[in-house]
Amino acid sequence: MSEQSEQPQTAGEDDRRGFFAKVSIILSAVIGAGITLPGLGFVLAPVFARPKQSWRRIGKVDDYEIGKTVTVEFRDDVSVKWAGVTAMTGAWLRRVSEKDFIAFSINCRHLGCPVNWVADAKLFMCPCHGGVYYEDGDVAAGPPPEPLARYEVRIKDGFVEIETSSVPLTTNDQV
Amino acid sequence: MIGKIWSWIDDRTGFSDVVMPIMKHVVPDDARWWYVFGSATLCAFIVQVLTGIALAMVYVPGGDAAYESLKYITEDATLGFIVRGMHYYGATAMVMMAVIHMTQVFLHASYKYPREMNWMSGVVLLFVVLGMAFTGQLLRWDANGVWSVMVAAEMAGRVPFIGEYIAHFILGGETVGGSTLSRFFAIHVFILPGLIFAGIGLHMWLILRHGISEMPKKNQPVEPETYKENYEKRLHKTGVPFWPDAMWRDVIFSTIVVGVILACSIFIGPPALGPSPDPANIHANPMPDWYFWWYFAVLSMLPPALETYIILGSPVLGFVILFVLPLLSNKGQRAPSQRPWAVGTVIFGATAFIVLTIYGYLKPWSPDFDVKPLPPEIVKSNDPKIQEGALLVHQKGCLYCHDIDGYGGHRGPVLSDIGSRLDRGELVIRISNGGYNMPSFAASLTAVEMDKMVDFLLTRTDHPQEEEKADN
Repeated sequence: MSEQSEQPQTAGEDDRRGFFAKVSIILSAVIGAGITLPGLGFVLAPVFARPKQSWRRIGKVDDYEIGKTVTVEFRDDVSVKWAGVTAMTGAWLRRVSEKDFIAFSINCRHLGCPVNWVADAKLFMCPCHGGVYYEDGDVAAGPPPEPLARYEVRIKDGFVEIETSSVPLTTNDQV
Repeated sequence: MIGKIWSWIDDRTGFSDVVMPIMKHVVPDDARWWYVFGSATLCAFIVQVLTGIALAMVYVPGGDAAYESLKYITEDATLGFIVRGMHYYGATAMVMMAVIHMTQVFLHASYKYPREMNWMSGVVLLFVVLGMAFTGQLLRWDANGVWSVMVAAEMAGRVPFIGEYIAHFILGGETVGGSTLSRFFAIHVFILPGLIFAGIGLHMWLILRHGISEMPKKNQPVEPETYKENYEKRLHKTGVPFWPDAMWRDVIFSTIVVGVILACSIFIGPPALGPSPDPANIHANPMPDWYFWWYFAVLSMLPPALETYIILGSPVLGFVILFVLPLLSNKGQRAPSQRPWAVGTVIFGATAFIVLTIYGYLKPWSPDFDVKPLPPEIVKSNDPKIQEGALLVHQKGCLYCHDIDGYGGHRGPVLSDIGSRLDRGELVIRISNGGYNMPSFAASLTAVEMDKMVDFLLTRTDHPQEEEKADN
């Protein structure tokens, strides 16, 4: 720098300056890391958290008519306490026979919009970009790349139970 | 006394020494009404900051309370209706002014030497502003907002390899919930505004450093070797001080912009809140704010195979192309009359935007769930079999996608004269098997139902009356 050249300098002073410059830079990096790393870890933690799952009781087995597909609501397991109504998630539940139930995710596998069950046509239809699924969840038309996701369902003590799980992204085959 | 106080303040702050020279810096005298859009963008940003701070004093960024607090702001709080409206229309104004400003700079090639970085910082600002518009829409936290987060996460999830991590970062976990909202709130009120403040600082500093560009002239191409010298010479001869000779136009235009924002919020009001954000309520119809409708239309029209590339590629590609533009072409002609490709690009871009926006609004891309059964005057038959067929066409969902004489959705082909185009056998095959973008109905129709439906569809011809007579 021009300032340096104007001042009379000795080799010792030069070393001293260089040393302090290095110390300042290193300490600044330490300060920077000290300030940002805890926050960064805090913000990124949910990305790496393992999904929690649990069984949610939906309703009595006898409340459901064989062959009918209805919406059910249950509380998601991963939501924070202050999520309010957004802690709830939904599914399309169908009683297939005396003992068998199927539960479909309400999220279209295209871009996640909520699919509607059109009973007469026996189709799930998505209001966003025209995705259509057959009653077994297979893609009938439109852009979805994969069939509707399903939840695990079981019958316990005369009640239907659904295992909560995160909404699968189209690229994510957890379910 | 007041004069003394002022001279003390002036001496200690250096207002006359530092700020006034900036205000009075010399600008080309031909910088007239074309140049008012940049300052109008800034003015809209100031509206956003002030109304945003006001809203943040009442708004609760929590999944359980956000919707209620917005309802309170809109319905009960003193002037809350107007403040929320101003924030909404201010966002619209900011997006519009930024795009118009950019278009003007592009048409006049003001991004050429030595103002490359002015343009590049502007491109970054534009994308941050779009990010503000999108995150702001989610803070409404009605059903529409919540489903939009889902769509955003799904889009992010398509990034190769790390998509899932990005999606879960956006959501703040596995699903849309309380943590998602606070994340978007922090991004909307701290991170992006910080970037905008810094970007505006840089953008304005660069304006002072390189001067406002002159109106392009045909005989005045940009030559980096001589440009600065000639610009200074011309400015010395014909330039005028920015304050007040040039600035009054900016002030008048910004007054109009703020007036329109205020008028819209008073007379139209903020957008209505949708139904509450219950993710289990599936009867939502997510729709972005109007400046994203074109993208909505694009998403609906794309062949599935191209989708991921377009969703992820087009914003990145758009950004990169805009960002590097001044590096690819930073000298030569500036006059639009000498740059047909630039003019063509603007005309093409504007046309595509308008057409796609209209398409996006008309939503012909999704099934129409609200369609009513065909009225008798359209069915035009006393035959109970044909009447039942017409009813089935509604019940089985055909009308959700197909239009018959103005009734029905627009996803599939119009069926108003299908009877003239296909015979019975062809219709049966088409309905049973489905086809490109049409579900197969073989499993959900009985033979009798199929028969009735086809009977009805065969009456849909160019000249239904004549056909009936011929049958008789």
